[in-house]
Amino acid sequence: MENDLIPVIQTHDLRKIYKIGEVEVHALAGVSITINRGEVVAIMGPSGSGKSTLMNLLGCLDRPTSGRYILDGEEVSELDDDQLAGIRNRKVGFVFQSFNLLSRSTALANVELPMRYAGVSKERVQRAAAALKSVGLADRMNHKPTELSGGQQQRVAIARALVNHPAILMADEPTGNLDSKSGKEIMDLLLSLNKESGTTLIIVTHDPTIAAQTQRIIHLKDGLVEEDIK
Amino acid sequence: MNLGQAIIEALESLNSNKLRSSLTILGIVIGVGAVIAMLAVGNGAQNTITGSISGIGSNLLFVMSGNSNQELTNIEPLTMDDANAMLDQFQAPSVEDVAPVVNGEVTVTSGSESTATFVYGVTTSYESVRNYHVTEGSFITEDQVLGKASVVLLGPDVAKALFDRTEGLVGETVRIEGQPFKVIGVLESKGGSAFVSQDDVVIVPITTSQARLTRRSNDRIDLIFVQSISADALSQASEEIAQILRTRHRTKVGEDDFTILSQQDFVETAKTITNVMTIFLGGIAGISLLVGGIGIMNIMLVSVTERTREIGLRKALGARKKDIMIQFLTESSLLSLFGGVIGIGLGWLISFIVGRIALSSGTPLNPVVGLDAILLATIFSTAVGLFFGLYPANRAANLEPVEALRYE
Ligand SMILES: Nc1ncnc2c1ncn2[C@@H]1O[C@H](COP(=O)(O)OP(=O)(O)O)[C@@H](O)[C@H]1O
Ligand SMILES: [Mg+2]
Repeated sequence: MENDLIPVIQTHDLRKIYKIGEVEVHALAGVSITINRGEVVAIMGPSGSGKSTLMNLLGCLDRPTSGRYILDGEEVSELDDDQLAGIRNRKVGFVFQSFNLLSRSTALANVELPMRYAGVSKERVQRAAAALKSVGLADRMNHKPTELSGGQQQRVAIARALVNHPAILMADEPTGNLDSKSGKEIMDLLLSLNKESGTTLIIVTHDPTIAAQTQRIIHLKDGLVEEDIK
Repeated sequence: MNLGQAIIEALESLNSNKLRSSLTILGIVIGVGAVIAMLAVGNGAQNTITGSISGIGSNLLFVMSGNSNQELTNIEPLTMDDANAMLDQFQAPSVEDVAPVVNGEVTVTSGSESTATFVYGVTTSYESVRNYHVTEGSFITEDQVLGKASVVLLGPDVAKALFDRTEGLVGETVRIEGQPFKVIGVLESKGGSAFVSQDDVVIVPITTSQARLTRRSNDRIDLIFVQSISADALSQASEEIAQILRTRHRTKVGEDDFTILSQQDFVETAKTITNVMTIFLGGIAGISLLVGGIGIMNIMLVSVTERTREIGLRKALGARKKDIMIQFLTESSLLSLFGGVIGIGLGWLISFIVGRIALSSGTPLNPVVGLDAILLATIFSTAVGLFFGLYPANRAANLEPVEALRYE
């Protein structure tokens, strides 16, 4: 791909320290990584190694204690809460292990949500419908989450994550709550969406078979990058 | 996110928890209902009282001895001569007529029946000045006044108390303070009122009363009703009779030993009293509205806690603090607005029932639910929702997205 070398994520000595009373926990102890546009990256590591902390920082859900983070050309480590909300809205799509859909709302309304916060009103329904179609749920738009299978719910979540055309898609254990068959379908979907739209894909996972499907694996240990295999 | 969408989402959310929403609304319904009913009953009472004051007569001034504003040592009582002087065409051109009165409390008996009532000793002009009519017989005549005749007019309440009827009483004899009086007529009812009953009276010639009932020295009188030639001339008439009394009583400047009140003064006083009552009752009712507001706050706090993950998700998807604030404030305001609207209906119903009960117990009280009260209740209840929603909404808006998403 021609845009392989355009960096979308650049971190410099990213640190996150949690203080619990007198004790300091170095959840991230200086992470410097560069991820280029269109890459598919798996983040692995033992429990407590800092995977979720890194995801939260890369997804702009949280601010680092120190270090710099440039997302899609914008320095984001010093933005305030509402500015971060704007960045998440425009540049980041999230897929969670537990789907996190609004149970009262239909699939369509769930996918519309990020556009509401972006102030999109005119093409909102069409865009949401198109996103659902691209994940293969054209015929389930008006179903509520409780009327959908786990795999289908995760598809709605993926449509929701992609509807604002983010620069990166972050998936934290996206197949963790699914059986192996729907888990594989979700992985296939994520990879094919990456091929079609070139959206950078970052997946946190325990599962070596999932990691094997990616182009690059970043191993974390004790808040540091232990290994970065391309 | 615009307000229209916020309202739709809030409605969906409230609708998804119908029982809880309705119970929360109930607090506001009762509060607003109580406020509306209290204001309506207060308004109705005011109308009844001011109406009964207006019913005393028209274009009236009340002249009394003494003056509450000043510490006076030698107060001259009002006399018949004072009253007659006010009829002077030249000194008091604005005065239409004058009705001097002596009054007291007496016991009237007929056979074994007995009743305590007010006696008014009056002249012939009392009939027109006070706008009294007789349903049978005739009013007191000039001759009866001059001759100190032992004749009496019965108010309808007294007639009913003594004879159980208000007809065929002319010619009967009643005893007032043990002395026989011949009944010459029965007064037409002026309608009841909680303030002053104008039907529970007996009327006798002023001279008779002075000589035999109230036993006043000289020709001293208690009260003079003065009727002006028109409503516009009322203040002019007041000034004219004040001047006459100052001359006759030889008072020093600014030391009037008498008081002149107009009907308007009484109306104002009555209004002040009923306003205080209304504010007091409305205030008590307002407390229940406050309690309703605390109920909303409580439920909104529960709702924020329950929806912590949802809030985290919304933040992850790009909701700013403002968006979350608006979402929860819209919910709390809608809750209390619904409560307010239903409460207005309830308040109206309560006032209607109070009016019916009052009417059936003989007090004509017509509660008025004013547009101002409706507007006030709507605005106030929404404000209550906003105010008590503020804290929970703020709490929601300030949740950390990472923490909120992790919440189980
Ligand atoms: N909010 C927090 N407060 C205190 N310590 C935390 C917090 N979040 C994470 N940590 C600590 O930071 C370290 C890394 O955690 P995390 O990023 O969740 O690891 P992983 O996702 O790889 O299991 C752990 O030691 C964890 O206990
Ligand atoms: Mg984790």
